[in-house]
Amino acid sequence: MKKLVISVVLVSLLAACASEKPKETVSTPKADEPVAAAPVAETPAAVAAPEVAETAAPAAVAEIDQLNDSSSILSKRSTYYPFDVSAVQETDKPLVQAHAKYLSEHPERNVRLEGNCDERGSNEYNLALGQRRADGVKKMLILGGTKASQIKSVSYGEEKPKATGHNEDSWKQNRRTDIVY
Amino acid sequence: MLLRAFQSVVGILFLAHVSVVSAEMTIEIIGAGENQVPVAIVPFGGDGKLAQAIKDVMVGDLLRSGLFRTVGSGGISPHVPAEVSYPDWQARGAEALVIGTVAAKANGRTEARFQLLDVVKQTKLIDLAVSADDIQMRAIGHRIADLVYEKLTGDKGVFNTRIAYVNRIGQKYNLIVADCDGYNEQIVLSQNDLIMSPAWSPDGSHLAYVSFETGHAVVYVQSLYTGQRKVLADFEGSNSAPAWSPDGKQLAVVLTRDGSSQIYLARPDGSGIRRITFSDGIDTEPNFSPDGQYLLFTSDRGGSPQIYRMPVKGGMEQRMTFGEGNNFSPRHSPDGKGFVYTHFSSGKFFIATQDFKTEQMEILTEGGWEKKPSYAPNGKLIMFASEGRGRGILATVSSDGRVKQRIFSQSGDAREPVWGPYP
Repeated sequence: MKKLVISVVLVSLLAACASEKPKETVSTPKADEPVAAAPVAETPAAVAAPEVAETAAPAAVAEIDQLNDSSSILSKRSTYYPFDVSAVQETDKPLVQAHAKYLSEHPERNVRLEGNCDERGSNEYNLALGQRRADGVKKMLILGGTKASQIKSVSYGEEKPKATGHNEDSWKQNRRTDIVY
Repeated sequence: MLLRAFQSVVGILFLAHVSVVSAEMTIEIIGAGENQVPVAIVPFGGDGKLAQAIKDVMVGDLLRSGLFRTVGSGGISPHVPAEVSYPDWQARGAEALVIGTVAAKANGRTEARFQLLDVVKQTKLIDLAVSADDIQMRAIGHRIADLVYEKLTGDKGVFNTRIAYVNRIGQKYNLIVADCDGYNEQIVLSQNDLIMSPAWSPDGSHLAYVSFETGHAVVYVQSLYTGQRKVLADFEGSNSAPAWSPDGKQLAVVLTRDGSSQIYLARPDGSGIRRITFSDGIDTEPNFSPDGQYLLFTSDRGGSPQIYRMPVKGGMEQRMTFGEGNNFSPRHSPDGKGFVYTHFSSGKFFIATQDFKTEQMEILTEGGWEKKPSYAPNGKLIMFASEGRGRGILATVSSDGRVKQRIFSQSGDAREPVWGPYP
């Protein structure tokens, strides 16, 4: 139980840190590791982490929690778009890059990218547009070091709207790519 | 005019692995054709219940075409030409008269013998017997309505054709085949995952469609006779927008396996896949011309979604729609002279047509939520997805824009109707 409490404290500390400087949160765990030079060595460490968590490796615990930390940028899992646009917007780039970094450091994790659109188009055109949105995120993840084999991109077009109103308030929520772990 | 009596057997499609949904339809008709033929339809002699059922189907069909109005029989019920007093019908304003008899046959079939009479010229225009299995009673009414329509308008009737559409009830998606008036619903596929873009094979024996049952868009081809199906395309990303060539030997399909959505050709078993568009943008919604030589499709290569045309063999791709707004979902008219499509501007969707020669857009509907138009095989009616009373509904508009109807099924959202071929 004590160890659990320590973990929680660590996470809270990290969380506090993250909310002030989101970009640092991403690089913090990386600083504890050799990183890019030896990406293969990273895998066993991360996999083994939960078992050795009792004795040490607070970094590993923090890292795993980071994905579920509501104040981490990694907790943001959606990119949004203007009408009939599929390119990742400037405001969403830090979020996609953070996921790219996380995924490159966690090659055992996979993501599913789900492209969505508002209803203003034919459903087939929107299926294509949603796919292009998801593939745009995929490209950026790969540029950021994620392996293509970790990513599956699909589209629902206009068919699975988050908001069902026939107005911009709904539409802007529906023009979206979800990053699903 | 040669009069012949012959036995016309109504073809029956046996759908395997399907269930029949009993549903009451409500059909609203708005508008009328320019010159409506006044026609009197007398309940047939013989079994009263059968006679009424056949009459109801016939009257419904003829009224929905917008080209007829019915004239009351005033209590007179002739069943054979010898009983007809033409002056009585002339006095009521009828120009055509349909009479006949119906009887259940020993072999489990029902036969209707009917005559179409020209009241003005006092001549017999049709004298035929039509039969069908008892379970296909409506087919007899549709067949007679087709023959009457054909004789009086000169165009082939489509009342005995079928439609396919997707009905969504809550989280459930049903792929449905029904008579073109919405009756006789049969479920071809029922699942909790999205179904999109059904497409009839030219002989009406198969449907191609998009299903998300494996988590992403995959194109299947399913036999309506055996229920058996095959994967047409299941590549990474999205596989969608199937369209049959008129000879049924290949399909155009949209894949993202090489990047952006592009158009490919494949055989119905999924073999021989080859890419035929090479743009950086989205190319989708292919549709073959009736002669099989051209494809219409939707592309955003010019910056916004518009309709383009290209030879199937490859070559010059030509933009077909210009002006304000976006355009989607093109389909050739059955005569190949033009196309119908969805026009989007000022926040509304409209059903529009364009002639290849005049290149003029003609908007047929008031606008609203109107998508995915599809021609009846005679080119006289266009069916599309619309909204009414807060639900997705099927709607039709005559190709001259004069007559509109809205079909309300019992429940759910009806979407993506596509008109099938002649039986």
